[in-house]
Amino acid sequence: MRSMGIGYRAGPARARMTAIGHADIPREEYLSPGHLACQGCGAALAMRLLLKGLGSGTVLVVSASCWSVINGPWHASAVAVPFLHAAFETAASTAAGVSAAFAIRGIRAIVVAWAGDGGTFDIGFQALSGAAERGDDILYVCCDNEGYMNTGSQRSSATPLYAWTTTTPVPHGKRRPKKPILEIMAAHRIPYVATASVAHPEDFVAKVRRARAIEGTRFLHILAPCPPGWRILPEEMLQVARLAVSTGVFPLVEIKDGARVRITVMPKDIEPVAHYITVQGRFDHLTTDEIATIQSSVDAAWMALLARAGSSGSGGRQEG
Amino acid sequence: MKLVLEGNHAACYGALLARVEVVSAYPITPQTQIVEKLAEFCAEGRLKARFLEVESEHSALAACIGASQVGARAFTATSSQGLALMHELLHWAGAGRLPIVLVNVNRALAPPWTIYADQTDSLAQRDTGWMQVYCRSNQEVLDSVLLAYKVSEQVGLPTMLCLDAFLLSHTSEPVDLPDQALVDAFLPPYRPALALDLTSPHAFGGLVGSDVFMEIRHAAQAAMDGALGLIGKAGEEYRALTGRQHGLVETYRTEGAEILLVAMGTIATTAEAAVDELREAGIAAGLLRVRVFRPFPGDLVARCVGGARKMVVLDRNLSLGSGGILATELRAALVARGLAPEMWNYIAGIGGRDVTPATIAGACRQADAEETPGVGIRWLGLRV
Repeated sequence: MRSMGIGYRAGPARARMTAIGHADIPREEYLSPGHLACQGCGAALAMRLLLKGLGSGTVLVVSASCWSVINGPWHASAVAVPFLHAAFETAASTAAGVSAAFAIRGIRAIVVAWAGDGGTFDIGFQALSGAAERGDDILYVCCDNEGYMNTGSQRSSATPLYAWTTTTPVPHGKRRPKKPILEIMAAHRIPYVATASVAHPEDFVAKVRRARAIEGTRFLHILAPCPPGWRILPEEMLQVARLAVSTGVFPLVEIKDGARVRITVMPKDIEPVAHYITVQGRFDHLTTDEIATIQSSVDAAWMALLARAGSSGSGGRQEG
Repeated sequence: MKLVLEGNHAACYGALLARVEVVSAYPITPQTQIVEKLAEFCAEGRLKARFLEVESEHSALAACIGASQVGARAFTATSSQGLALMHELLHWAGAGRLPIVLVNVNRALAPPWTIYADQTDSLAQRDTGWMQVYCRSNQEVLDSVLLAYKVSEQVGLPTMLCLDAFLLSHTSEPVDLPDQALVDAFLPPYRPALALDLTSPHAFGGLVGSDVFMEIRHAAQAAMDGALGLIGKAGEEYRALTGRQHGLVETYRTEGAEILLVAMGTIATTAEAAVDELREAGIAAGLLRVRVFRPFPGDLVARCVGGARKMVVLDRNLSLGSGGILATELRAALVARGLAPEMWNYIAGIGGRDVTPATIAGACRQADAEETPGVGIRWLGLRV
């Protein structure tokens, strides 16, 4: 379906990156069964794909988030890599210390700071900004389920406009739009910033691999739908993740050095946001006007993105 | 080699000799010279460490935690507001059993804003699982950095090394630097059994139920108890190498003392002069300086108190709603061992208020003249 009144043109096809087909995603699993994620958890799939892309030689620093629990209670650990639990604000700062220590010992390690949207957009933001400004050699991964889901679905600054959470209840929902974290991180002029989706695993793994090869601060923003928090069924999680991309709500992009913008997955026809919104219980209360407001802002953001990508980078893979 | 060093720089030379590997610290008066000097040492290549120019004290300690968990020797320094900002992570480092050394310049907490000497900042953190040492000289500061890593790395607990704002941090004293070779023999490289290791993945700090938390804390308490003996042993070993010994406590003219002054930090030096003055006047005064506050050396303190019937405890701190923290800890330790001397608790020198031998001697004369202090605290030199 075409979006309401606006047609999108794919950007010019230039300098295509090597596509990663399904066969290029490693079969080796670093996430074992028996972890504690909810059914249909986007964050579990995100970690699984991340570790497939990074392989061994990886150290995880995980601040308070769903993954503090998903990894399992002492004395189990669901992942086959070293894992350091960290206080809520400290994913980036703890990881910076881990990175410095491996460096001074001459050990090559991929140090991942993994945080939820709370630990990235809100309480952990200072540490992230500090690390980015210093260029600390860490791969920062924000696993964004758009709320403080581990503590029962309270709002974060990553929660989208109008969404229900326990602290932004109906009828008004969240009164402010989602904090534009990607712009903010790109403005730090770090070498690599990208969005990724659990419903687009090839794009996800390709980005992880590119980030892995770069030194300095890299930022990966993953949209990981949360069935209990978004009020969807576990079996709907992947479809909702797909719709986030196909409606233009969550564009898949990468930005190098804060300036070179590339859209890596180009929806052939952008669907109306209503397709995305109306399948989620957290948006049940939205009025037609509110949906229209969301559509306008998505349209505006998409146009701005196309302009930036057009003036700086190439188009990406077409997706039907 | 002897240098004339201010306390902050003595701490830096300690860190240099200790071959710290990761330094992560945020400037705050009156600690800034520590951050600056270490940055200089690293830039010159004298100190082969990674220096993280962090954006807050909370991040400073978080980075030390990360580095220490890899098995690197981590160092930081702060004061008052910065230490308070670290509070959550002080617990994390303590219970996380990470042998980080933190030099804290004891400065009063705001409001009102002040930069002067006061030990409430570090004493307010006495429950966080850090060993705590209070120094009286810059020589002791340098020596204590080495002693701190030695013991911390043996027991798996961090150490907070305290020196009074300006009175030590910015006051120059002659300091003897031990040879690097001697230090290397005393303090070998840090190689913990368990660390973040790519070849042997473990998870650190994960979720527990109510079935094991108590046991984890019990193990940490056992480590604190063990530290008492190890501090003594390390002190003896250091004395054999350098001729200088630093232990759990220090006593001055306590033989036959009837009035025992107790203090921590530089106020002890002033108290020694008061003891001399009182002894001249025929009052049997003595001084007990508590150097190690955590673990609290209850047995040794009780032995030092001996037969003294009266104690005058100088607290350069205040726990609002209670009183002097040193006095409170002393009382508990002594009563637990069947001792109950009369205790005059003076709040002294907080916010950098100058304390003189005369005012201390005056407090002792008052104690000498009274049978019992009654309940409550007194204030040395309060102007109301």
